[in-house]
Amino acid sequence: MRRLFRDSAHLIRPALVLLAMLALFLVVRAAIIPKAFGQYGHYRPGALDLVRQHPISFAGQETCVMCHDEQATTRAAGKHAHVACEACHGPLAQHADDPAAHVPKLPDVADLCRRCHEKDAAKPRNFPQVVTAEHSGGMACNSCHQPHNPHL
Amino acid sequence: MIPGVDGFMYPNEVELQWSVLIVLYPYITGLVAGAFILASLERVFNVAAVKPTYRLALLTALAFLLVAPLPLQLHLGHPERSFEMYLTPHTSSAMAMFGFVYLWYLTVVLLLEIWLEYRKEIVELALSTKGWKRWIYRALTLGSYNISPEALRMDDKVGYAVTVIGVPSAFLLHGYVGFIFGSVKANPWWSTPLMPVVFLFSAMVSGIAAVMVLYVVCMKFRKTPIDMRCLDTIARYLFYTFVIDFTLEMLDLIHRTYESDESFRSLDFMVHTRLWGSHVILQIFLGTLVPLCLLAANQLWNFADGKRKAMYMTAGALTLIGIFAMR
Amino acid sequence: MDISRRDIFTVGGKLLILASVGATLKQITGAEAPSDAYRMADHWWGMIIDIDKCIGCGNCVRACSKENNVPAGYFRTWVERYQIEENKQPHVESPNGAMDGFPPSTRDDLKSFFVPKLCNHCADSPCVQVCPVGATFVSPDGVVLVDETYCLGCRYCVQACPYGCRYLHPEKQTVDKCTLCYHRITKGLTTACCENCPTGARQLVDFKNPKDPIHEILRHNMVQVLKPYMATRAKVYYENLDGEVR
Repeated sequence: MRRLFRDSAHLIRPALVLLAMLALFLVVRAAIIPKAFGQYGHYRPGALDLVRQHPISFAGQETCVMCHDEQATTRAAGKHAHVACEACHGPLAQHADDPAAHVPKLPDVADLCRRCHEKDAAKPRNFPQVVTAEHSGGMACNSCHQPHNPHL
Repeated sequence: MIPGVDGFMYPNEVELQWSVLIVLYPYITGLVAGAFILASLERVFNVAAVKPTYRLALLTALAFLLVAPLPLQLHLGHPERSFEMYLTPHTSSAMAMFGFVYLWYLTVVLLLEIWLEYRKEIVELALSTKGWKRWIYRALTLGSYNISPEALRMDDKVGYAVTVIGVPSAFLLHGYVGFIFGSVKANPWWSTPLMPVVFLFSAMVSGIAAVMVLYVVCMKFRKTPIDMRCLDTIARYLFYTFVIDFTLEMLDLIHRTYESDESFRSLDFMVHTRLWGSHVILQIFLGTLVPLCLLAANQLWNFADGKRKAMYMTAGALTLIGIFAMR
Repeated sequence: MDISRRDIFTVGGKLLILASVGATLKQITGAEAPSDAYRMADHWWGMIIDIDKCIGCGNCVRACSKENNVPAGYFRTWVERYQIEENKQPHVESPNGAMDGFPPSTRDDLKSFFVPKLCNHCADSPCVQVCPVGATFVSPDGVVLVDETYCLGCRYCVQACPYGCRYLHPEKQTVDKCTLCYHRITKGLTTACCENCPTGARQLVDFKNPKDPIHEILRHNMVQVLKPYMATRAKVYYENLDGEVR
C-alpha cells in the first residue's frame, strides 16, 4: 500500500493545480460578476434602465396639439386626421421642450407629398394617388391643397 | 444588393456576419480532435504501427488547441468581454457550454496526458540543465522527481485511462462545434441533425491528414528515415475515415436534393453561382474525390516507397484544403 | 374582547400618523419616485400590421432611423415590395430598406403590395436562446432587448434570428436591433414607426390591456405571423398577409 502511494503520489499534484485554478476562478467570478445579474432572467437588470434612458426625438402628436390646437382642429376635419404632425414635420421633441430655441423648418412640399401620393401599382387601390408630373404640371402641391386639410 | 439574390435575402443580411475567421475555428479544433484520435489509436486500440507519431499527434493537438481561440477573439466585437462566457454562461447556448468543454479537454485530457507522457524527460532535464531553462523544467515537474519504473508504470496506467476518457471528449469537442451550427433553425443550410456527425468525421479526416503531412515534413527536417509501415497505417485509417465522411456528406446532399423543399431552391442557386468554386471544385472534386482515389489506389495496388509517399502527401494536402473549403 | 370607539380612534389615528410619516420619509429619502408608474408586469407588448393599409412611403423606416440613431445601411425596420405574377417566383425588393420609399411601379397587371418588417419580439426567441452570455433577453413585459454593455459581438444571435432583424452596430461593435422603442412605450408614448405611419398600418399593441383594440382584431379577423413553422411565438401579427411572403 505504501509502495502504491509512493509511486502515485505525484499524481496528486496536477489535481491540486486544477483545484487551485478552480478556486481562483470562483473568487474572481464572485468579484466581477455584475450586481443583481439574474434578477428577472439570465441578464443584467440594469440593461432595462439603460435602454429606457435613450433620448426621445419624436414628441408625439398629443404634445404638439397642446400648443397648436388651431392646426389640430383643421386637421381633424379632413382626410389627414390620422396623420401625425411629425410624420410630415419631422422629429420635434427638442422644439416641444424649448419652442423658442428650436424653431423647426417647414418641410419641402415637392418631395413630401410625393412620398405617399405618387401613383404606385403596389399601393392599395382606394388610396388617393396621382402621377404628379401629369397631375400638377410642375406646380407645387400646396398651391392648390392645404396640407392640414387637403380636400378640394 | 447582389443581383439575382434579391428576394432571398433581408436587407440586414447582405453583409456576411460569420466569415473566414469563424471558418478557421472549427477547422482548427477539427485538426485537434483528429490528431488526438490518431494518438489514441496507438494507446487504446493498440495499433502499434503508428507509435512513431504518438507524441507528434499529441503535441499537434495541443498546439492547435491553444491557437484555436485566436480567430474567435479577432472576430468578436468586444474580445475584452469574452471572459463573460465563463462568468455568466447561458445554459441554453451551445456556444457558452462549449467554453467549458474546451477547458475540460485542454486541462484534463491534453495537458494531463502530455505531462504524463513527457514526465520522465522533464525530470531528467530539470536535474541536468543549467541556466534559466532549469526553472521552467523544475516548475513543470510540479515538485515531484519520482521516475522510478513503478511510478512510470503508474503514469502509463493513468495515461491509458485519460486517453479512454479523451476519445469521447474529442468527439464531444468537435461534435459540439457541429451542434453550434446544426441547431440554428433559421439557416436551412446548417440546420440538420447530421451536422455534428459530419463535423466529427471531417475533423478526424483533417486531423489524421495533418499529422500524416507533419510527420513526413518533420522527418525531413530531422533528416531521419520515415517509417513506411507507420505511414501506410495512417494512410489506411485516413482512407477508412474519409469513406465514412464522404458517405455522410453525400447523404446530406442527396437527401436535400431529393426532398427538394423550399430552402433547396436558394441553396441550389447558391451552389451553382457563388459557391461553385469552393463547394464543387475545391471541396468535392479536388478535396475529396482525388484524395480518395489516391488512397484507394494504395489499398488495391502496391507502389514503390517514394511513389507512395508522394501520393500520400498529395492526398493529405488536398484533404486539408478540401476540409477547409467545407468549413 | 370589547373594542370601544375610543380604541378604534386611537389605533386608527396612530396607524394614519405612522403611514403618513412613512410616506413622507420615503419621499424625502427618495427611496422610490412615486411618479414612476410603469410596472413591467402590467404589459405584454406586440404589434399589429395591416398589409392592406401600407402604402410603402417609408416614413416608419426614416422615423425609426432618426429616433434610434440607426447607422446608415442597417435597418431596425424596413419595408419590402412584393410583385407576384401568376405561376412565377415573386419579385421582392427593398431599395435601401425603403428609407426613401420605392421607385414607382406601373405594373398593375400583377398582384403587388408592401410588407413592413421588424423584430417580431418572439416570446420563444431563438436569438435569446443562443446568446452565450445573456446579453440579449426577453424583458418581463415582452420586449427583446440587447444589453450593449454586456454584448461580446459574437453575432450568434444574428445567425439565429429567422427574420433577419439583427445587425452588428459598426461603431459600438455590439449587436443592435429594434427595441420596440422601449424608451418611449414605458413613458406612455407609442413607437416612432407607429407614430409616423400616415395610414395607421402599424399599431402598437399591449396584450395585457383589456381595452386594447387587438383583442377585437384577433377575434374577428384572419391574422398571421411570419414563418409560423419556426414556432418562435412571434408577437408581431399581420392582417391580410399573402402566402408568398417570406
